[in-house]
Amino acid sequence: MPQEQPSGRSSAQDVASVKPGGVADSGEIGVVETRFFTFAELTLESGEKLGPITLAYETYGELNDAKSNAVLVVHALSGDAHAAGVAADDRRLGWWDNLIGPGKGFDTDKYFVICSNVVGGCKGSTGPSSVDPASGKPYGLDFPFVTIGDIVNAQTRLLDHLGIERLLTVAGGSMGGMQVLEWMVSRPERILSAIPIATAVKHSPQQIAFNEVGRQAIMADPNWCNGDYYEAAPPAAGLAVARMIGHITYMSDESMAEKFGRRFTGEKPFFNFSPDFEVEGYLQYRGRSFVDRFDANSYLYITKAIDMFDASGGKNLGDTLKGSDTKVLVIAFKSDWLYPAYQSQEIVRACKRAGLDATYCEIASSYGHDAFLLETDEETHLIRHFLGRVYRDRAGQ
Amino acid sequence: MTAPDSRAVDQASTSLSLEHRLILELVPVGSLVLDLGCGDGELLSALVRERKARAQGIEIDEQAIYRCVAMGLSVLHGDIDTGLPEYGDKSFDYVVLNQSLQQVKSPDTVLQEALRVGKWVILGFPNFAHVSARFQLFFRGRTPITPSLPYEWHDTPNLHFLSISDFVEYCRRRKIKINRSVFLGRKRRVRLFPNLFALSGIFLLSR
Repeated sequence: MPQEQPSGRSSAQDVASVKPGGVADSGEIGVVETRFFTFAELTLESGEKLGPITLAYETYGELNDAKSNAVLVVHALSGDAHAAGVAADDRRLGWWDNLIGPGKGFDTDKYFVICSNVVGGCKGSTGPSSVDPASGKPYGLDFPFVTIGDIVNAQTRLLDHLGIERLLTVAGGSMGGMQVLEWMVSRPERILSAIPIATAVKHSPQQIAFNEVGRQAIMADPNWCNGDYYEAAPPAAGLAVARMIGHITYMSDESMAEKFGRRFTGEKPFFNFSPDFEVEGYLQYRGRSFVDRFDANSYLYITKAIDMFDASGGKNLGDTLKGSDTKVLVIAFKSDWLYPAYQSQEIVRACKRAGLDATYCEIASSYGHDAFLLETDEETHLIRHFLGRVYRDRAGQ
Repeated sequence: MTAPDSRAVDQASTSLSLEHRLILELVPVGSLVLDLGCGDGELLSALVRERKARAQGIEIDEQAIYRCVAMGLSVLHGDIDTGLPEYGDKSFDYVVLNQSLQQVKSPDTVLQEALRVGKWVILGFPNFAHVSARFQLFFRGRTPITPSLPYEWHDTPNLHFLSISDFVEYCRRRKIKINRSVFLGRKRRVRLFPNLFALSGIFLLSR
């Protein structure tokens, strides 16, 4: 696959990354089209009502007659519904294509895999850049605050629409993992198992801090105009800086050293503030390209939803989970300092306390938080066998 | 509460080691089992297969986790020295510590915790006072290497060395009840002078 400019592999949360020149020519799943489901209204956790709501989603594989082989995959901050296969419009590969497909971790020969976009996003689902039916203009900051709970409630409507009563599993990394935890807490009767990856019960002050710097960068951009920029130039510089900060947190010291070292972008230093180092060029490129595919207001809304999330609801998560029979696979990565393994272990401790059947693995990886998109051999092994057992148990019931 | 009676184990288990077969005999069908230091999951999967146990393992080695998961086991990647506080009292029927207690930092704490979270504890450990160990130490002045303690001094995972008599005395002092004990030699059970002739001992313990 051709290298993207200036160097490197795809990045976590950069999940829908379109690689210039890296257009996929084949994917085992083949060409997929994003679909849309619209429902009238949702009462949000804030008490406000939002509607109509459209959710973008894709599906892979076939739903069996008993509707017992459905798997829901949920994405990270900047992800979208295109998790696998080749996009019908721009031919890009899905963000978890190496995990979803025939014979892969989420084996589409066996399972019906659904990937749903989130409310508040900008990838085909209703969000701040959508048109407010009340005003006929984009919502901007009139869009109500949404939570991870709201996101999951909307996904529940999608499952109702698809006629799926109980999922084999719900899986996702990072913010996707938070949605998984929300499913475990608020909808245990709709899932048989759950796979939270590289995630946290709630954000630490450090994680909130990084998100806040990103938000401040956007809001400090004069083009932001209190979120009312849809008919003018967007706050591209601010959003790009937010994205650059994000990318730093997705990598590890080791993976950055390996990927960039102190290599120069040119033959010799420029002796000005052009990007001398490859790492500078990379971050600038990542920032710039993000602006083309993501809405700054969505970035504000979704990062806030992530920061506000607390699966424990202020109580002991173990007590909250008691009484459910969800089988759980928790995955963390050793070099992930944004969502350190101790946060996954907090989930594990809650499972122990609740007496849930749980599996936990801390994968030795040097890719930092990005690892959940990159360490696919280990993830594939864990997910394939875990999900296989859940499926066999269900068939045996 | 009475100790479960031993019963014949299925034919299928004959491929198992004597040690694992003896442990299987201690566990009634359908028990909820926690295996601390479950390794590759061989014993745990036999418990699931032949005793229809609902089983949970804890293991510190990442590669062992992958092998366990491949066998369909539920296993947590972690340290048993710190892994038990979240479990409620008597939340398992059996807690198994097979060939792992001598490798933890604080065996006393781990065993007390195991007795708290399990109604029963099955403990297996290598006997440091086996005759061949005594011989090597006494006559040759060498750190013993035996079938149950097969490691060189510099690469052993074992942190603690105990004999069967040590353990019996420990249980007396800690008021831990030994409900059953079986002792293993090279190929068969040892019934006489276990502290001298057993390579390892298996104990069924309770509070």
